[in-house]
Amino acid sequence: MQVYDMPDERGHFGPYGGIFVAETLIEALEELRVMYERYRHDPEFLAEFAYDLKHFVGRPSPIYHAERLSDKIGGARIYFKREDLNHTGAHKVNNTVGQALLAKRMGKPRVIAETGAGQHGVATATIAARLGLECVVYMGSEDVKRQAPNVYRMKLLGATVVPVESGSKTLKDALNEAMRDWVTNVADTFYIIGTVAGPHPYPMMVRDFQSVIGVEAKQQMQEMIGRQPDAVIACVGGGSNAMGIFYPYIDEKNVRLIGVEAAGYGIETGKHAAPLTANSPVGVLHGNRTYLMQDKDGQIIETHSVSAGLDYPGVGPEHAWLKDSHRAEYVAITDEEAMHAFHTMCRTEGIIPALETSHAIAHAMKMAAEMTPDQVLLVNLSGRGDKDMNTVARLSGIEL
Amino acid sequence: MSRIQSVFAKLAQQHKKALIPYITAGDPHPRHTVELMHALVKSGADMLELGVPFSDPMADGPVIQRASERALVHHVGLAAVLDMVTEFRKQDTVTPVILMGYANPVEAMGIETFVERAKAADVDGVLTVDYPPEECTDFVALLKRHDIDPIFLLSPTTEQARIDTIVNQASGFVYYVSLKGVTGSQNLDIVQVTERLADIRTKTSLPIGVGFGVRDAETAKQVASIADAVVVGSRMVQEVEKSSEQELLGNIAALTHELRVAIDSN
Repeated sequence: MQVYDMPDERGHFGPYGGIFVAETLIEALEELRVMYERYRHDPEFLAEFAYDLKHFVGRPSPIYHAERLSDKIGGARIYFKREDLNHTGAHKVNNTVGQALLAKRMGKPRVIAETGAGQHGVATATIAARLGLECVVYMGSEDVKRQAPNVYRMKLLGATVVPVESGSKTLKDALNEAMRDWVTNVADTFYIIGTVAGPHPYPMMVRDFQSVIGVEAKQQMQEMIGRQPDAVIACVGGGSNAMGIFYPYIDEKNVRLIGVEAAGYGIETGKHAAPLTANSPVGVLHGNRTYLMQDKDGQIIETHSVSAGLDYPGVGPEHAWLKDSHRAEYVAITDEEAMHAFHTMCRTEGIIPALETSHAIAHAMKMAAEMTPDQVLLVNLSGRGDKDMNTVARLSGIEL
Repeated sequence: MSRIQSVFAKLAQQHKKALIPYITAGDPHPRHTVELMHALVKSGADMLELGVPFSDPMADGPVIQRASERALVHHVGLAAVLDMVTEFRKQDTVTPVILMGYANPVEAMGIETFVERAKAADVDGVLTVDYPPEECTDFVALLKRHDIDPIFLLSPTTEQARIDTIVNQASGFVYYVSLKGVTGSQNLDIVQVTERLADIRTKTSLPIGVGFGVRDAETAKQVASIADAVVVGSRMVQEVEKSSEQELLGNIAALTHELRVAIDSN
């Protein structure tokens, strides 16, 4: 029985979430809220969504027992939910398909998105091409340089990529710029946010579209091993893949939920992207209230992680709530630990994981070692690592 | 009667409209802010809107964002801005000062501490761009208890019922955003603004300020013919941006004077 019923009607998860935007965006959000309420339980819309998830994305994604990795560690058995096998190579596409179908229903011919590593941008450009929507993607100019292959991929798919030169020239600035586009072009434009952050209804809507991950996993685990895992582990930047797999498990109280943030060079150095683990102060950014990395004046500070997808100063408000209510636990993994897990995963299982995902794998490896073979860990393998070849090679001192 | 109310009352008697220039505190350098404020008043401003720098000014266009970035190089945060107002008040106890900024610096200071310090600095109004009325009832109550006017935005897309909600929370004046977009976007559509203002006036007797698209003296004049106050932000900040340190005060005074003359020529 589903007893967890967050958020409230104005998007609050306890003290977190909400709608913190200028008056100029209020009506756009209200229109979106009303339209999403209309379609979120509409059988025809859900059937269309399910059809595209199956035939375009390739769902359901399998569950995979990582036997060699489990044996090597000699503790708990590790299973992976293979979101890396989705079309475009990550979980991001589940949400972009959902939002793009909603955009179509709302009669919006133009979609915009922000992107950090480029995965959400690629996933948005992909579904925009499939549905014949105009697509503009905002990306920090630093990220444009770091993620050239994804920029080219978006262009191949017909999207316009706009480099953002303001602020720290990364994901948070791309988000600011996308909001500005939206407020100016709200009549014909749908803003596809890629994570479980932003003003209501985004955190709820993105979670709902991503929850297909957890819904499938629950059924698949039951079929495969006859029970649910002892813990579900996922990496957390904004937190969409984690919310997607956690959400259907929230009322399964015997299943621990563990979110893994990016500790960068180490929490104690201040150069990280782990607001929950570091107990950062609560504040308001990008339309919602949440834990936020900021200085004493309330200015948002620059974050660091080897993985661009986790390099964000805030976190989705529902994670903030799950932390405070002790339903989920949050830990952090350093760049170095993530890189070690990345290489182990490549050589032991023949799977090249995304650097974001490598954080979750690293924590699973730590945990598994302390557990016994009758215990089970389920890790959300949120994306594949092809996009990270340049970063990994550079860190290994290799010129590609 | 609050300082903001008395200024509007006095101007109404003289059949004049208020000019409210905006500058970002600490731009181009914190040492200029207080003297810029005095220069604005001297050359025709009736009230001042002082921007609190923020790292992520989502509702502002590139011009005001760059101003924030220039100020943040010198670490001008909310506490520093309040100190500037205190300094300004040593010589000027009549001109209303309205702080405009974002929620996070206020929450980082703590809303009670902020309101107490704002009162001590003799701030008259506070506009927190990303605090819609539903999300800041405690804050508004605190401001009102300290006789500081909470200023709210109304936009071209604000629904009828919502206008009532907002004007019931607001005091001092309401700020009508004259176009869809961020600060300093394009030129406003005066016909559309006229219609909206007529509508808003059926719901409130508060004075109405108009801003977000006032780019030159001609637009300021048009806006003054229908609104109670003209807010000029990005245009002001552009002038700050392009002026050398020697030209700064002169250029800002000249622009303010030009706007004053235009507004009074109706």
